[in-house]
Amino acid sequence: MSGRTIKVDYLSRVEGEGSLFVRIKDEQVVDAQFKIFEPPRFFEAFLRGRHFTEAPDITARICGICPVAYQMSAVHAMEDACGVKVEGPLRELRRLLYCGEWIESHVLHISMLHAPDFLGYPDAIRMAADHPEAVQRALTLKKIGNEIVTVLGGREIHPINVKVGGFHRAPRARELAPLSERLKWGLDAALETVRWTAALEIPDFSGDYEFVALRHSDEYPFNEGKLVSDRGLDIPSREYDHHFVEEHVERTHALHSIRMGGGAYMVGPLARYALNFDRLSPVAQEAARAAGLGPICRNPFRSIIVRAVETVYACDEALRIIGDYEPPPSPAIAVPPRAGTGYACTEAPRGMLYHRYRIDGSGIIRDAKIVPPTAQNQKQIEDDLRRLVQGRLELPQDQLTRQCEQAIRNYDPCISCATHFLRLTIERL
Amino acid sequence: MAMRKAKLAVWKFASCDGCQLSLLDCEDELLAVAGAVDMAHFPEATSAQVKGPYDLSLVEGSITTPHDAARIHQVRRASQTLITIGACATAGGIQALRNFRNVREFLGIVYAHPEYIETLSLSTPISTHVLVDFELRGCPINKHQLLDVIAAFLHKRKPVTPAHSVCLECKRRGSVCVMVAHGLPCLGPVTHAGCGAICPAYQRGCYACFGPMESPNAPALADWLMSHGAGDSAIVRAFRTYNAYTESFRKESEAHER
Ligand code: SF4
Ligand code: SF4
Repeated sequence: MSGRTIKVDYLSRVEGEGSLFVRIKDEQVVDAQFKIFEPPRFFEAFLRGRHFTEAPDITARICGICPVAYQMSAVHAMEDACGVKVEGPLRELRRLLYCGEWIESHVLHISMLHAPDFLGYPDAIRMAADHPEAVQRALTLKKIGNEIVTVLGGREIHPINVKVGGFHRAPRARELAPLSERLKWGLDAALETVRWTAALEIPDFSGDYEFVALRHSDEYPFNEGKLVSDRGLDIPSREYDHHFVEEHVERTHALHSIRMGGGAYMVGPLARYALNFDRLSPVAQEAARAAGLGPICRNPFRSIIVRAVETVYACDEALRIIGDYEPPPSPAIAVPPRAGTGYACTEAPRGMLYHRYRIDGSGIIRDAKIVPPTAQNQKQIEDDLRRLVQGRLELPQDQLTRQCEQAIRNYDPCISCATHFLRLTIERL
Repeated sequence: MAMRKAKLAVWKFASCDGCQLSLLDCEDELLAVAGAVDMAHFPEATSAQVKGPYDLSLVEGSITTPHDAARIHQVRRASQTLITIGACATAGGIQALRNFRNVREFLGIVYAHPEYIETLSLSTPISTHVLVDFELRGCPINKHQLLDVIAAFLHKRKPVTPAHSVCLECKRRGSVCVMVAHGLPCLGPVTHAGCGAICPAYQRGCYACFGPMESPNAPALADWLMSHGAGDSAIVRAFRTYNAYTESFRKESEAHER
């Protein structure tokens, strides 16, 4: 056989717009390109000249699917620049907000973007005809995540309540209490989701990834921790730029994040899980074991199960936080600006997200750098595609194409977050 | 005889995906909506693709590339009714902040090889390019308003989206006015209703994510802000957020730019 090409012009069920291109010649994959063609939106450029307190509202608009992640990285980076640390109930509320986003985003990804691949449907709505319970459970569970974000943040997309130093208004205990009842149901639903995903037929495929994630001394990571990898990386967030670089890849006009002196690396649920299994709550660990996951999972197609395990954790953690909640004396602590540079990594549902800002003495932003998870995973996604296709050359074209798309959806590419990582080439129709 | 279901299409231009996500965030109504219309083109939700023409197109995002400037005409031709959803599609969105600057300079800040990037110097709303049947505001849109707009289309009535200011919603909600009570700057008086006055309820001023109301008095609000200590640059920033390129906000920000 001479050559063939796999080409998907518009990837569906990913967030934003991208395409896939694989070329095979003489039984060898000679080219695999996962392309992003989001128009540039210039966030890093127009953040310059804005006041540092505006960053959480502005950066939320990078992504409608995980705005909380952008807000959390932004406020932590600004507090880092100003030498302020938020502790106590305010810190707990930030964890709670992240629980909400993890639940809604993970469930969206598991049930509406990814599960249809495993079961052979074009979408969750058509899947609902044959799997009504699973889809209804997912919708209700997702709604609970959205409710947490709404109570704490004002609304589910682009929450308005997050502020450098804390919140504009802290919730009263009786506003949070009703969420507990819902979350108890949610925890059961999440456990059921783990069982449901574990029963899916999972392609046999795994990789020798370098996992990169935050690691905290005693928590499963959301907002804080050292940046670690299973190959010896162990640094504070402020050293990110010394260890990671975005490399220009001429062939795709894309910037790929790599480890300096290394290669591709993986961020996201598999990485977090492998590096922090011991920090999961007992109920989440137990669910993972029952689902047949070891403490490390190297099959990206099983990320759908790991996401379900993290959903269990997020429900459990949210219940704990609400149960212990004592309203803070003030909804925010004062953060007077000072000239300096601030850094922060947090764990977006799709993986680690890095922000860096330089501000001047009056709090005006002079420089901004934002590296979203998909930028970091992009090279890994292409590596996966190359290996996947190479091992399955005998498959008919349509099956191979579907598996490639499914492999991209393993990562939940959040393409709309395109901040600066892509070289854009517009495809002509 | 079964009625033919209306064919719904969702299109994306420069945006964050948040407004189309609002549809998937209608957890309680999603299956009902899916039962009432044929989701014929909605790449974020389905890999199924039904050919046009479409009865109803929802368009998210602004026009920022030559390619998209051509694509929106194809979308218009394929759509019987075209409704824009959100501040990007309706007002150019946050990416319209480039419109006040030199886009070459922006390219240089963000990209090492600006020559690879094809982009327009302006980010413009959909209505700059094609006829739009209805515009739904907000960054993001309010999902209940979206459901109403879809229902209104299906029943051939007008959507219920009042053109008054956020202040009226704020009063109706019974919130204490953060301007009067706390002297906080609030853009509620010039901002289009629709969100339900969320921000004052959370003890902060409105930052105008729903864009200008019908005939806003932006200069009067700017005067108030001035008299409460805001300088020109703070006023420029206040009007240059998610709807910066709407006529009234643009004029007011330019009036304070030195
Ligand atoms: S708080 Fe703002 S929106 Fe509410 S009444 Fe006062 S000025 Fe209007
Ligand atoms: S900024 Fe204004 S329009 Fe937007 S949610 Fe807040 S109150 Fe509503």
